[in-house]
Amino acid sequence: MSNEAVVHAHPGLAHEVHGDHHEHHHHETFITKYVFSQDHKMIAKQFLITGMVWAVLGGLMSVLFRLQLGYPDATFPWLEDILGKWAKGGRISDSAYYALVTTHGTVLVFFVLTAGLSGTFANFLIPLQVGARDMASPFMNMLSYWFFFIASVVMLSSLFVETGPFSGGWTAYPPLSALGSASPGSKTGMDLWLIAMALFVVSSLLGGLNYIATILNMRTKGMSMTRLPLTIWALFFTAVLGVLSFPVLLSGFILLIFDRNFGTSFYLSDIFVSGVGALPNEGGSAILYQHLFWFLGHPEVYIILLPAMGMVSEILSINSRKPIFGYMAMVGSLFAIAILAFLVWAHHMFVTGLNPFLGSVFVLLTLLIAVPSAIKVFNWLTTLWRGNIRFTPGMMFAIGFVSLFISGGLTGIWLGNSALDIHLHDTYFVIAHFHIVMGVASMFGMFAGVYHWYPKMYGRYLNNTLGYIHFWVTIAGAYMIFWPMHYQGLAGMPRRYYDYSNWESFKQFVELNRFISTVAMIVFAVQILFLFNFFYSIFKGRKVTSQNPWGATTLEWTAPIRPGHGNWTGEIPEVHRWAYDYGKDGKDFIPQTTPVGSDESEHH
Amino acid sequence: MMMTAIQQPNRPQRLHPHKFTLWVAIGSIVMMFAGLTSAYIVKKNQSNWLEFQLPVIFRYSTAVILVSSLTMHLALKAFKAREMGRYRMLISTTALLGLLFITLQYLGFRNLEAQHIALVGEKSNSSASFLFVITGLHMVHVLGGVIALLVIFARAFRTRIKQYNSMPLEIAGTYWHFVDALWIYLFVFYNWIG
Repeated sequence: MSNEAVVHAHPGLAHEVHGDHHEHHHHETFITKYVFSQDHKMIAKQFLITGMVWAVLGGLMSVLFRLQLGYPDATFPWLEDILGKWAKGGRISDSAYYALVTTHGTVLVFFVLTAGLSGTFANFLIPLQVGARDMASPFMNMLSYWFFFIASVVMLSSLFVETGPFSGGWTAYPPLSALGSASPGSKTGMDLWLIAMALFVVSSLLGGLNYIATILNMRTKGMSMTRLPLTIWALFFTAVLGVLSFPVLLSGFILLIFDRNFGTSFYLSDIFVSGVGALPNEGGSAILYQHLFWFLGHPEVYIILLPAMGMVSEILSINSRKPIFGYMAMVGSLFAIAILAFLVWAHHMFVTGLNPFLGSVFVLLTLLIAVPSAIKVFNWLTTLWRGNIRFTPGMMFAIGFVSLFISGGLTGIWLGNSALDIHLHDTYFVIAHFHIVMGVASMFGMFAGVYHWYPKMYGRYLNNTLGYIHFWVTIAGAYMIFWPMHYQGLAGMPRRYYDYSNWESFKQFVELNRFISTVAMIVFAVQILFLFNFFYSIFKGRKVTSQNPWGATTLEWTAPIRPGHGNWTGEIPEVHRWAYDYGKDGKDFIPQTTPVGSDESEHH
Repeated sequence: MMMTAIQQPNRPQRLHPHKFTLWVAIGSIVMMFAGLTSAYIVKKNQSNWLEFQLPVIFRYSTAVILVSSLTMHLALKAFKAREMGRYRMLISTTALLGLLFITLQYLGFRNLEAQHIALVGEKSNSSASFLFVITGLHMVHVLGGVIALLVIFARAFRTRIKQYNSMPLEIAGTYWHFVDALWIYLFVFYNWIG
């Protein structure tokens, strides 16, 4: 089926599609344009803004539990005003603390950094950069967003139930997740958590199927796979990872639902619960869940990280006015990371009684990831090297991403060793590692993408001054929050504790914890500044006046400043070269649509 | 597909995007069942695993789903030859055989319960629960195929609009053969591998 047929979906009309017929074809109402839209650009914005709502909620949760960690003895009466019984006397209760930690993790990992990041940019960039009118199936694409939306509503509703949201950690290990009697959060909160996550998996699968089909089938004439921008390669591998790993998580969840509700013994055994007695279940294995969970859980890390890597590659190249260094090595390393992602899940389980020999195999495979990661880092640095760098806010965040990826990646080499893991597992060292390398780094990739493609999304620019303030406070804050946590972790401070001042060994960290909490609040406030910038600029930002404001080569900048549904008026442009002809033959840049001249030096 | 050929005469024929999407979805479903059957093997090698005979009815259901794949194949051939009467008969048979398959699987579960092998609940052993959950999920996937056939079935009896595009039927057919193959895999797995 052709691009035209996809957008119009009336086979009979397809033969008359040419010229500028797109502009007066659609009669869109408010509902079909903004709510149940099938335009990939609008769906991208829906993902982005829903993701932002979740980022604010998830960030606010971290501020609340950092308040408890930084000021374990203080009381804040206003907390009782907003949280009610969860903060009796102005101090967050222990079960509320666990609920906050759990929901913060679930929301940030899945709703913000999976749906908000790859949902936004896969939808926005794939059709625009491969030269397609829309996704392979715009209807499935719309369903993908609305499944995400329903998942969001269900997850949000779990915050308001009597017994509170799920509080057994974002990984939802049984028995806490399988036994309603285990904790208050394991009751209705866990049911809603499971429903929300199942809907989320459906949303991810629908989206991922579409992204893969679009990239492989809907590229414009001349757009061979090796001419694709690296953003598209990264989003492609992200989608492949999601499509192959989310179903395994779903099967783990299905078994969990049976254990919770139908009395089976997949994960539960005859354990003793105080106040309930011994369970009637026999012979279940909680470790089985961990295998199924981490078989998704580890690829999930790369589902979060790869889109950021792709966008950063693109933005670094554009703003260095240089071709990306080692294009094929970048593609190859993405591929290597995607393969290795499936072979390392047991490094999350080194201390579960895993056979040490098996552990050593997983150590080797885990440390192998350092190779493609280092290739990418060197290629980013050599792209910057002697470039004619333009420090736009998007570029600042892209460079910040590289910095964070190096800092966080190096501690990955520590944690990948099963021997070191005996000491470091479940400490703040782990928290510091994954927040820097996956959490903050991917947020930086997302910010870079938003600043860079905002002109294409809304036809206006974000305010630069606010952008620079946002960048500097966030990067300084990120290091000030997570760097000290390495020391706490090395000292053995465990994660997920409610109050460290009770322990003689950790009393020394009271002031450090207060420092971290203070910085966390400042960084959160600056994100609100970014949100202000975002929404203000939609209406009042400086207008984009040229089609190609960054002087970029890729196809999205050949579309009108505010493209309609169908993206290009007239024919879809044809592609004649790769996406990185910057500074070639004395020209600043050559768009992908320019035919190769006879006087050109070697081309790709 | 013909449309594409007229529009872009010099481009090589690519797989229809919807058909391609189906293949990716099949990969996704395969991963789900691979996860479940791996969990089955892991659990089997731990303590407390109840061994029991697979119900004989599952052999009949295997035969039924194999025949339904054949009728599906013939239905597609009849559609392409524009033998609409034959096509309607065959597609109805396929859907009915799908429903028969689901019924037989259900009877198989009843048969196990009659032998006092609990599938769920307090006295259940995870070997029977695994059989129930995995087979049940497969039944849900067959049901999905039946629903897809019903939609196509309704179209086949429409008189006002004539349907010439064989793509929806091809997609449903590929899916149908896939759930058939998936059951064969599960049947072999239960009997000889797991």
